[in-house]
Amino acid sequence: MNRFSYARPGSVEDALREVSSNPAAKFIAGGTNLVDLMKYNVERPTHLVDVTRLPGLKEIGEAGEGGLRIGALVSNTAAAYDERVKERYPLLSSAILAGASAQLRNSATMGGNLLQRTRCYYFYDDATPCNKRAPGSGCPAKEGVNRIHAILGTSEHCIATHPSDMAVALAALEAVVKVAGPNGERSIPLADFHRLPGNMPEKDTNLHGDEIILAIELPEPRFAKNYTYLKLRDRLSYAFALVSVAAAMEMDGDKVVEARIALGGVAHKPWRLPEAEELLRGKVPERALFEAVAERILDGAKGYGHNDFKIDLARRAVIRALSQAAAGTPQSQVDKRIQ
Amino acid sequence: MYETHVGSPRSRVDGKLKVTGAARYAAEYTAPDLAQGYVVNSAIAKGRITSIDISAAMAVPGVIQVFTHQNRPRTAWRSKAYQDEVAPPGTPFRPLYDEKILYSGQPIALVVAEDFEIARYAASLVRVTYEAEGHQTDLEKVRMQAYKPPKTRSGMAPAPDRGDAEAGFGASPVRVSADYRIAIEHHNPMEPHAATVVWDGDGKITVYDKIQGVQNTQSYITHVFGLSQDDVHVLSPFVGGAFGSGLRPQYQLFLAVMAALELKRSVRVTLTRDQMFTFTYRPDGLQEMSIGANPDGMLQAIRHDVVSNTSTFEDYQEMIVGWSSMMYHCENVSTTYKLAQIDTYTPGDMRAPGAPTGMFALESAMDELSYKLGMDPLQLRLRNYAEIDEATGKPFSSKELRAAYQLGAERFGWSKRSPEPRSMKEGRELVGWGMASGMWEAQMQKTSARAVLTIDGKLEVGTATADIGTGTYTILTQIAADALGLPMEKVTAKVGDSKLPFSPVEGGSWAAASAGTAVTLACNTVRETLFGYARGMEGSPLANAEIGRVAFRDGRIELVSDPTRFVTIQDAMVAGKVHRIEAEETGSPSRINQARYSGFTHSAIFAEVRVDEELGRVRVTRVVDAVAAGKILNPKTARSQILGGVVFGIGMALHEESMMDHHLGRFMNHNIAEYHIPANADVEGIEVIFVEEHEDKLNPIGVKGLGEIGIVGTAAAIANAVYHATGKRIRHLPITVDRLLKVRDAA
Amino acid sequence: MADLELPLRQGFAPDAGPAQGPGPLPDEIPITLTINGERRALHVRPWTTLLDLLREDLSLYGTKKGCDHGQCGACTVLLDGERINSCLALAVMKDGCEVTTIEGLAGPDGTLHPMQEAFIEHDAFQCGYCTPGQICSAVALVKEGHATSRAEIREHMSGNLCRCGAYTNIVDAIEDVLAKEAAK
Repeated sequence: MNRFSYARPGSVEDALREVSSNPAAKFIAGGTNLVDLMKYNVERPTHLVDVTRLPGLKEIGEAGEGGLRIGALVSNTAAAYDERVKERYPLLSSAILAGASAQLRNSATMGGNLLQRTRCYYFYDDATPCNKRAPGSGCPAKEGVNRIHAILGTSEHCIATHPSDMAVALAALEAVVKVAGPNGERSIPLADFHRLPGNMPEKDTNLHGDEIILAIELPEPRFAKNYTYLKLRDRLSYAFALVSVAAAMEMDGDKVVEARIALGGVAHKPWRLPEAEELLRGKVPERALFEAVAERILDGAKGYGHNDFKIDLARRAVIRALSQAAAGTPQSQVDKRIQ
Repeated sequence: MYETHVGSPRSRVDGKLKVTGAARYAAEYTAPDLAQGYVVNSAIAKGRITSIDISAAMAVPGVIQVFTHQNRPRTAWRSKAYQDEVAPPGTPFRPLYDEKILYSGQPIALVVAEDFEIARYAASLVRVTYEAEGHQTDLEKVRMQAYKPPKTRSGMAPAPDRGDAEAGFGASPVRVSADYRIAIEHHNPMEPHAATVVWDGDGKITVYDKIQGVQNTQSYITHVFGLSQDDVHVLSPFVGGAFGSGLRPQYQLFLAVMAALELKRSVRVTLTRDQMFTFTYRPDGLQEMSIGANPDGMLQAIRHDVVSNTSTFEDYQEMIVGWSSMMYHCENVSTTYKLAQIDTYTPGDMRAPGAPTGMFALESAMDELSYKLGMDPLQLRLRNYAEIDEATGKPFSSKELRAAYQLGAERFGWSKRSPEPRSMKEGRELVGWGMASGMWEAQMQKTSARAVLTIDGKLEVGTATADIGTGTYTILTQIAADALGLPMEKVTAKVGDSKLPFSPVEGGSWAAASAGTAVTLACNTVRETLFGYARGMEGSPLANAEIGRVAFRDGRIELVSDPTRFVTIQDAMVAGKVHRIEAEETGSPSRINQARYSGFTHSAIFAEVRVDEELGRVRVTRVVDAVAAGKILNPKTARSQILGGVVFGIGMALHEESMMDHHLGRFMNHNIAEYHIPANADVEGIEVIFVEEHEDKLNPIGVKGLGEIGIVGTAAAIANAVYHATGKRIRHLPITVDRLLKVRDAA
Repeated sequence: MADLELPLRQGFAPDAGPAQGPGPLPDEIPITLTINGERRALHVRPWTTLLDLLREDLSLYGTKKGCDHGQCGACTVLLDGERINSCLALAVMKDGCEVTTIEGLAGPDGTLHPMQEAFIEHDAFQCGYCTPGQICSAVALVKEGHATSRAEIREHMSGNLCRCGAYTNIVDAIEDVLAKEAAK
């Protein structure tokens, strides 16, 4: 870990000022990923700006049309167990509880969770090349140990995945990230928040270095009945997803009005394909349809050897998640039987 | 009836220290002016360091020294000096010895600073350049260069072949022939390796090391650094798990001692979790197994050929194939065991070294055979039950495996098993029941112990073994308390101190038998002395008694036939005009019995899995492990040892895999977020049964040891259950979703 | 004998990220923590984690370092009553907080906390290294109230790894305490 100075500003404006004057400065909130990466010399900020005591970012409040605004500093635990979240966005609650551990969820914040960095072994190991960590040094994962790596949206420079469970649910729910920067506030739809690696894998998100996340806004709740978060991993708890699926449907009688499907563990961002979701619109949900949807989503998926299985696994997971959502039997994060 | 402590469930005597955080581990001793070390490791797998620039690190305020191969103090130059008590044949790794890089992760510098954070920061500033040579870390690529180790590791006598396995196999009407493999595993005890070296002045040091044998550490230090035994006091009162990683002194010890001696200052070196992947591990092994049988299930031939990996500098060996010549009755057996070198650190003993590896192959093959025969897997084992150790021709000292099979099967409900694969289902999940046998050598090592009884009625016993969580403190307390008829609160057991009487490293499941016997002998001598005083007392109620006719109970010596006639311990000592009685005794295994008998622990493991086939998810929902291990000293801690072994087995079956990038020659998932060991959610129901087994040949206290047996066969039972559930045979552990999906797709 | 040709290559560590040479150590910052009921004024550098502060500066070695990266739970303490991984918490950021460690669970007279008693009774540990974290985590679990069944306990305790494999006994111990709490 390198040396760094520390500041604890009292207002968002002061916090932004601290960061804008120093390109090697970083915000810190829960610290569950940043401190982790600093110990590995992967993150090397020279100045840390502690945002945990900024006023007004720890609340969960009403947003328009029955939506909710969840402050960036609300802990993952507080969000997951909030009665309003549980009632209106049980998918989000479920996804958060599928991730990490009780301890980590207590520390991790909603804003910080969005900014988690990949679990790619090479990114984490500063004795190896990695285009995300050291741009231009190469990507050994492509020919290396890549069973946890991406199958969709990869580039020749990077095949890392985004590790968050929460963000997958937020993608399905079409949340909006509220941010503030030197030029004021702006909104970033979740779909545009995370990036694909392209030729700039060092950049995970479209958040600028001098911007801060204020809140996550959830639109009108429509998927509280038919939803699921299905997470597949190497052990039954406390492990990152190999593949996860957030599936949600709004039903009218036996027909799907609208469906949302987001995948985790397969790409550099939560993966959505609206055209595949469209296949469900107006249809009576059934397995053949789910298979077609899964085919469409995985069409063009590419394996790199060890992770070839993810293509097949993701297809199966989508099918199962859709059947769970359609049946209104969401996956329990406690009972390890998969519905 | 008077209840002895031995044989009764007793809570751990060190329990309170552990639940209050008062138990101290190697990195938790401190000293005035303690300096902290942080290790820098090699980024390449083979080659040499061309430059190592420590100037930036040295310039950090608070950095005391950065040690590298260029400036390290002189240590012993002969590699033999580095050979510890349990070193395999070869040339041990010498940290910071020269510029050569032998493996990725090799320690190449030690930063010593005033505090941990400064050392960690400065370590990030050490600049190293290398000249890389081509390395090889892929066992399959060097398989053809495998060789029979020219020097056999001590205690590793290969079993001779018998009969004609080739012909027997050829003539067998029913055959199984397949390749098996287990992923490389790292021990990953929860406590990272650490050594705190306290500079006592005048060239003397006190060392708190994470080690399974303090005297091994002590002699390593004296040989490597040219110190005398009196200069080096080593302690490891608590060891936060080890599972074999602490058998040999590891590099944190060398570096901490080197720095302390050079700086004349106390130094602590703690490894990071990532660095726990930069030394020993359970090796890779390519196993070919062939079994032939008659249609009635009688085995006709067993062939087991293994190529296992070692490093380029030592020939690590473990018993993988030997089990195949002992487990079952079979007239034609042939085994081979070869090594091939790869550019890693030397693999080492990890919980039941070799046994779960070899038994995975044997017990999987037996399972495969059972389906070919259309015979119940348990029946097949009973049909081929080995009445004697056919590898040596000796009878077993005791073997209640039949009872273990029976009790285990009953408890599990094995008779309700539907024989066909894929025939049991509940909800969406396929249910599978599998079983396997386990076997581990019941060993005893020469060990000494001291017992000191003081007039206040307190007894202290001690030997230099270690308690790595196995419960040694507790069982020694029980044994000593029974020997002198004291409540356990009056007895203190001491281990993990090099000043205590001699003990070998704690390992191989021999600690209870060895330390237990030594303590028994020392206590017996104290008893005799005490009894002498009691009998010699004026007007002694025991005047004419023999020691065999008295009992030591509740702090008194009483006549068995008439407990109203007694002498208290205190009165006896007063009569003897002593305040303390001290005895030191050494226990050794009986050579005669060793020559006559074969001593082994056995087990029968039954496992239930539930498999979501579409998603390739396996859950182990139930394990019953029936163990025949002689006398059980403490059913409570004994049960925990088996539970722990079974959990290790679940890890081996489903989770654990150190993934090597062969391009880089480096283990890549070197942390415990990505190297998966079972979490609480992965472990549902485990039942442990201890089968009654009378053992009186191997050691005077009749125990066989429990540290290893819980893992042996467990992974095989789970893999067999997965087959029963799905019809898919996974011969390469762990059974991860990718392996399961792949087999299905091939089918 | 390798069939792979590797380019001569440097270690990547020094070249990754913005180069930062040696310089003055970060300033110590005054903070106040209430640790096991005792208010303490301390000076910490920003790079010191709560875990290292407890262990190295305050000799409260009961809180364990198992991985230093939030991967094992051995460092679990209660921060303002909630369980967290102290290895990932910078001490300076916890200024003004209350910390309860394993050393603070027993009563002032040494009476063990019911969870500590239950761990001994159910032999819910072997080597003892993960134990303080397990116990702190279990105490928080009871207070959180989200887990009552064995499956729930298992899931909510999965952030505490135990290499000795004492899991079933840990669940027994927690179930025992939960039952006694419920009977109150």
